[in-house]
Amino acid sequence: MMDALPLTPDSVVRFARGVRLQHDRVRDQWVIQAPERAFLPDPVAVEILRLVDGTRTLDAIVTDLAARFAAPRDLIARDVMEMAADLVVRQVLLP
Amino acid sequence: MTEMPPPPMSLLAELTHRCPLQCPYCSNPMALEPRANELTTTQWIDILDQAADLGVLQVHFSGGEPMARPDLPDLIRHAVGRGLYTNLITSGVLMTPASFAALVGAGLDHVQLSFQDIETANAEHVGGMKGAQAKKMAAAAMVVADGMPLTLNFVIYRENVGRVAQMIDAAAQMGARRVEIAHTQYYGWGLRNRDALMPTREQVEQATRAVEAARARYAGRLSIDYVTPDYYADRPKPCMGGWGRRFVNVSPSGRVLPCHAAESIPGVKIPDVRDATLGAIWDEAPLFTMFRGTDWMPAPCRTCDQREKDWGGCRCQALALAGDAAATDPVCERAPAHDQVTAAIARLPEVAPPFVYRRYANNGDDRH
Repeated sequence: MMDALPLTPDSVVRFARGVRLQHDRVRDQWVIQAPERAFLPDPVAVEILRLVDGTRTLDAIVTDLAARFAAPRDLIARDVMEMAADLVVRQVLLP
Repeated sequence: MTEMPPPPMSLLAELTHRCPLQCPYCSNPMALEPRANELTTTQWIDILDQAADLGVLQVHFSGGEPMARPDLPDLIRHAVGRGLYTNLITSGVLMTPASFAALVGAGLDHVQLSFQDIETANAEHVGGMKGAQAKKMAAAAMVVADGMPLTLNFVIYRENVGRVAQMIDAAAQMGARRVEIAHTQYYGWGLRNRDALMPTREQVEQATRAVEAARARYAGRLSIDYVTPDYYADRPKPCMGGWGRRFVNVSPSGRVLPCHAAESIPGVKIPDVRDATLGAIWDEAPLFTMFRGTDWMPAPCRTCDQREKDWGGCRCQALALAGDAAATDPVCERAPAHDQVTAAIARLPEVAPPFVYRRYANNGDDRH
C-alpha cells in the first residue's frame, strides 16, 4: 500500500467505500456510518462532509463555506485542510 | 413513570445457528436452534422495518453461518432500502463468485470474515472442516477485488496465541482494512472448552506486545482492534456497551436478547418478536430492564467510580462463575467471587484436553 500524498487545496477527496454521511431521523443528528461503527461528526465536519461529492476540490469546499459562514476564509481553509487530513487517516475519506 | 431508554444503535440478526464449521469457542448458545424453528423471510423483513423505525443504524447479519440462508440477499436489499448499514459476519466457506455477486448486488456495505488461525492445519482442526482455509482465502480475495471494505476476525486461544503477528501481517497482505484480534470469551461453548482454549498470562502478554508492535507498523493503513481475555484483566469489560444500551439481538427463532448469551439468564421470560414489537421489548421487557443502568447493581459496583464505564461487566459471566446473574462480574478484582477466576487460571492443565466441538449432537442446556 502506498502512503497517501499530502492534501493540497486542489485535492479532491471522496468517501471510502463502505463509509457514508447519513442523517439519523430518529435522533435528528448526522452520523458517519463506517464498518462496524457509527460515530458523530462535530458540526464543522458535518458542513464539510456534506460538500464531499468526489468532484469538488477542497478549495471549492472552502469557497462554498466562506460564502455561507461569517468567518475569515483563511480560518475556514485551515479547518477544512485539517479536518480532511484527519478523516483520511481515519479511513473515512480517500485522497 | 420511568424514563424511556435511548433507542438501540445496532441489531445483531442471528439468521441461523446452522454452520459448516464446529469451532469449540462458538458464541452461539449451547442449545442450538434447529432449522425448523427459524424465522421466515417475511418475519425478518418486519424485524428490519421495526429496527429502522426504532433508530437502529447498523445491522449485523450473523449466525451460525448467515450465508446458509438463501434469502440473505433479499434481507440485505431490504435493510439497505431502509438506510441501515449492512454488515455480514461470515466464515466465508459458503462464498462463491455467484453468492458474493448477489450480496454486492443487494448493496452490502461490509464483510467481517472469520479465521480460526493463520496456520492451515490447526485452523481446520479447530473449525472441524477440511479445505475451509482455502475457501476463506478465496472469499477474502473476492471482497477485496470488489473494493468492499473487509475486516478479518481472528479468535485467539492457547494454540494460536503465538501467531498474532503473522495474522496481522496476513490481513495486511490480503488487503483487509481492519483486523480484529479477539481473545476467546468464556461463556457457552467457550466456557465448556475453557481448559483447552485459555492461554497463560505470559502468552497473553506476548500477544499484546505483538499487537502494539503491529499498530506502529501499520499506522494509517490497517486498523487493529484488540479484545483481551478479561480473566487476566483487573476490571471487567463494558459488555455490549452496557446491558440494553446499544445492542439488540434477535435469535434465529425470534427471541429478543440484550446479548447473544442472554438466554442463559434464569427466572425471566425471554421476549419474542411474535408477542410484542421490538420497540416495546427494548423499552419494557423485564429481560432488558433488569440490568439496564445502575439501579440493579450490588456492592461493590453500586458505589464504584467505574460503574458507568464498565456497567458492572458481563451478566452472563457473573451467572456462569458466581452462580448469580446480578453479581459483580467475577473478573473484577473487587468482586466477591473473583477467586473463581483466579482458581480457573491456576487450574489450567499443562496439556490441553480435547475439544468438545460445537455440533447439534453435542447440544447441551446452558440454562443453569
